[in-house]
Amino acid sequence: MTKTVEQLDRVIIRFAGDSGDGMQLTGDRFTSETAVFGNDIATFPDFPAEIRAPAGSLPGVSGFQVHFADHDILTPGDQPDVLVAMNPAALKTNLKDLPKGSTLIVNTDAFVPRNLDKAGYASNPLEDGSLADWQVHPVAVTTMTLESVKGIEGITPREGERAKNMFALGLMCWLFGRPTQGTVDFINEKFSKRPEIAAANIAAFNAGYHFGETSETFSISYEVKPAKLKPGKYRQINGNSALVYGLVAASIQAKRALFLGAYPITPASSILEELAALKHFGVRTFQAEDEIAAVGAALGAAFGGALGVTVSAGPGIVLKQETIGLAMQLELPLVILNIQRAGPSTGMPTKPEQTDLLNVLYGRNGESPIPVIAASTPGGCFFAAIEAARIALKYRTPVFLLSDAYLANGAEPWLIPSSADLPDISVENIIQPNREDGSYWPYLRDEKTLARPWAIPGTPGLEHRIGGIEKADGTGNISYDPDNHDLMTRLRAQKVAGIAADIPLLEVDHVEGARTLVLGWGSTYGPIGAAIKLLRADGVAVDQAHLMHLNPFPRNLGEVLKSYDKILMPEMNLGQLRQLVRSEFLVDAHGYNRVTGKPFKASELAEAILALVNA
Amino acid sequence: MSDNGNGNSGLLQLSAKDFKSDQEVRWCPGCGDYAILAAVQGFMPELGIPRENIVFVSGIGCSSRFPYYMQTYGMHSIHGRAPAIASGLSTSRPDLSVWVVTGDGDAMSIGGNHLIHALRRNVNLKILLFNNEIYGLTKGQYSPTSPVGKVAKSTPMGSIDRPFYPLSLALGAEATFVARSIDTDRKHLTEVLRQAAAHKGTALVEIYQNCNIYNDGAFDVIRDNKGRRLYLEHGKPAVFGENGEKGIVFTDEGAAKIVDINEVGLDGVYVHDAHADEVFHAFALSRITQASHGVTPIGVLRDVDRPVYDEQMAGQLEAAVAKRGAGDLDALLSATDTWEL
Repeated sequence: MTKTVEQLDRVIIRFAGDSGDGMQLTGDRFTSETAVFGNDIATFPDFPAEIRAPAGSLPGVSGFQVHFADHDILTPGDQPDVLVAMNPAALKTNLKDLPKGSTLIVNTDAFVPRNLDKAGYASNPLEDGSLADWQVHPVAVTTMTLESVKGIEGITPREGERAKNMFALGLMCWLFGRPTQGTVDFINEKFSKRPEIAAANIAAFNAGYHFGETSETFSISYEVKPAKLKPGKYRQINGNSALVYGLVAASIQAKRALFLGAYPITPASSILEELAALKHFGVRTFQAEDEIAAVGAALGAAFGGALGVTVSAGPGIVLKQETIGLAMQLELPLVILNIQRAGPSTGMPTKPEQTDLLNVLYGRNGESPIPVIAASTPGGCFFAAIEAARIALKYRTPVFLLSDAYLANGAEPWLIPSSADLPDISVENIIQPNREDGSYWPYLRDEKTLARPWAIPGTPGLEHRIGGIEKADGTGNISYDPDNHDLMTRLRAQKVAGIAADIPLLEVDHVEGARTLVLGWGSTYGPIGAAIKLLRADGVAVDQAHLMHLNPFPRNLGEVLKSYDKILMPEMNLGQLRQLVRSEFLVDAHGYNRVTGKPFKASELAEAILALVNA
Repeated sequence: MSDNGNGNSGLLQLSAKDFKSDQEVRWCPGCGDYAILAAVQGFMPELGIPRENIVFVSGIGCSSRFPYYMQTYGMHSIHGRAPAIASGLSTSRPDLSVWVVTGDGDAMSIGGNHLIHALRRNVNLKILLFNNEIYGLTKGQYSPTSPVGKVAKSTPMGSIDRPFYPLSLALGAEATFVARSIDTDRKHLTEVLRQAAAHKGTALVEIYQNCNIYNDGAFDVIRDNKGRRLYLEHGKPAVFGENGEKGIVFTDEGAAKIVDINEVGLDGVYVHDAHADEVFHAFALSRITQASHGVTPIGVLRDVDRPVYDEQMAGQLEAAVAKRGAGDLDALLSATDTWEL
């Protein structure tokens, strides 16, 4: 039978199954093939915090959405065009997102009474006509997977059944004309110690592919041509890996050894794990006994002259704050990565939110100013890490870098930077006394940056003591003098405020006639950009600006804000940045605030922006 | 300023005075801390390490003011966190001699977690634990080493907390070096410091320190009466008393018991083995108190060789470079599927 190939400019696929079904791996592989094929991509892995919730249950459903296109895209997409549901629970939790008329591929083998019951279905949706509005493709994935692995020696039925995600992947690869060799190579490498498992997975993958080719249930396959992106060498990257590479790059560009103190926490742990594998870069990783020790050890390493870094998420950051206050008072460089997740308290550990901004700015005792920057794309995490290290080293200050669970796990194609193009962020340690009488004053500041000198142990003649108690200006000796405390408090604030002169101006993506500005920060960059594209395509004039530096702000921010009639600030919190902007610049900024644990949809933002434009 | 900055002790001629900083010492007059400071400053030249390669890190409490008075590098940090901060410093700078000064509240209450984990890792730290069995800086609340029944400001009817035995705690946390000394016994304290400094890895030295304001006389029995001290020395019989008339043996149940030398003979007494692999004897010795046995062991209870964390970490870095070559950023960034557009 001859099959038709239909051209599409973009497709959104969601893989959904039990958290033990390997949906993340399936999505990852599909993304890799798609990226190598040359499409632009954006992904959104959405999984529960439980490692293995009860099989077949609604809370145990794990999903992976991938959006790919022949043009530049900014988000994983609002609604899937294709849903692959590996069991009734996956169907139940995801069907509401699937527009009517879209494609639904279901593993019929999983639609047995027990699973239907667990998902809360009174009758089988495959038989009761409730799916009539969708193009349903019933596929006996499990049966055919088991059939395909028959004859492979050393495979138990359980192991054979576990290859069913590869069957689904093979089918999707056929349906969208994806290359397959990369996945075959990947499977062979992943299971190099168990060749029989590799053989089973490859057999299932090929069976899925061939099923698509020969089965009459699929009469059309689709093609999405490669995107026209900026020329160069690309790879796929997620935010956490980009932070890892950015920290290694910062260490090289600063000519300082990298020391990471960390304690495992979702969604930040992969940064510890990936850096631990880079010891050949001279990277020391210290898995501490708790969050407090993790930041303490990083601060100790910074005292010794290293690039000290710690990483965590909200609950861990709160524990670290006392030590971060000490770092601020000691005026030592320290980079703190906060991979934000939904709070408060334990909240929803695998879901993104932007609710820690006020905590990182103000969650310490006393007047404790600390620079804050935020990454806005997975690839941008790389450059944000270098920028955080640059500010920390130059101004001898802890710096917060905010990312979130969406950036951490979401992937996009990334134009690989060349090390030759990265900035030199090295600073010198002081090695000579800084007073005419031959003495060393640890708090004798640089007139321009207000940074104090950084003398590290091992430097003869500069032995000195620092501590959390207030210090006398210059000498750094303990001081309880009232005027000195006021002076030191102001100097520390002035130093951080002065960084504004050393960061780029805020750029506005402007169109003729726009009187409304959408201002965002962090991972909302993609959804806001996609919403603005939609609106502009309809002839709506609206501008976009996105903040990377949240403390201090770019020095033209006030001027930019005052040049608009209306300002909308979408945030995945209840208005934290908006509160700051309103109080500092006295502008009537409006908010669009949702805390669902999911990134914004472009369509909902477009609606909110349009409402304000027309208001 | 030392004119020998390379760590070779041969030419290094420092005296106690060289380790005194220009800061006025601000402990209460009569505090036991003064004697410990003098002993440490007196001992430091013996190390043969230039001052710039020595770092004192402390937490919060009276004892934690210590670094300000030492003409070395120093950090007065926050409550309980000194072992964590010092661990980061020591592991990233194995060339330094890193000392931690802490107290009973700092080390065993708010910082208990950091203390036990530093000990089990065997980071190259020398931890001096000034134990005065009271919170001094906050003016007289009971501490985790105060005895049951202690009447203090926060325990008007007496403490109902069972105290820690600091040395038992350390041994239980896999400590490789555990010792005790007394603020007023400079000779003994110096000898313990000497052995602690020579130990590779974490050394915990508990120093009984009198707080003459809030807990005066807590250690008078031991300070005043040498007969109530059990001086432990490796390879020597564990005997004590005015004329060495008493000794230690171990019961079948694993407890330390006091015997008369006249009855069992010197040969029947436990000969101290600080380097024993098993921890049984050291632990039993750590349970001996004035209250239970009428004597207090001082000296080195345990001193065993174990891999040092800092060296192991450096070793892994070297091994990684040997195996994979020094890291190349461009290669790292491209070490996955890539494509050209």
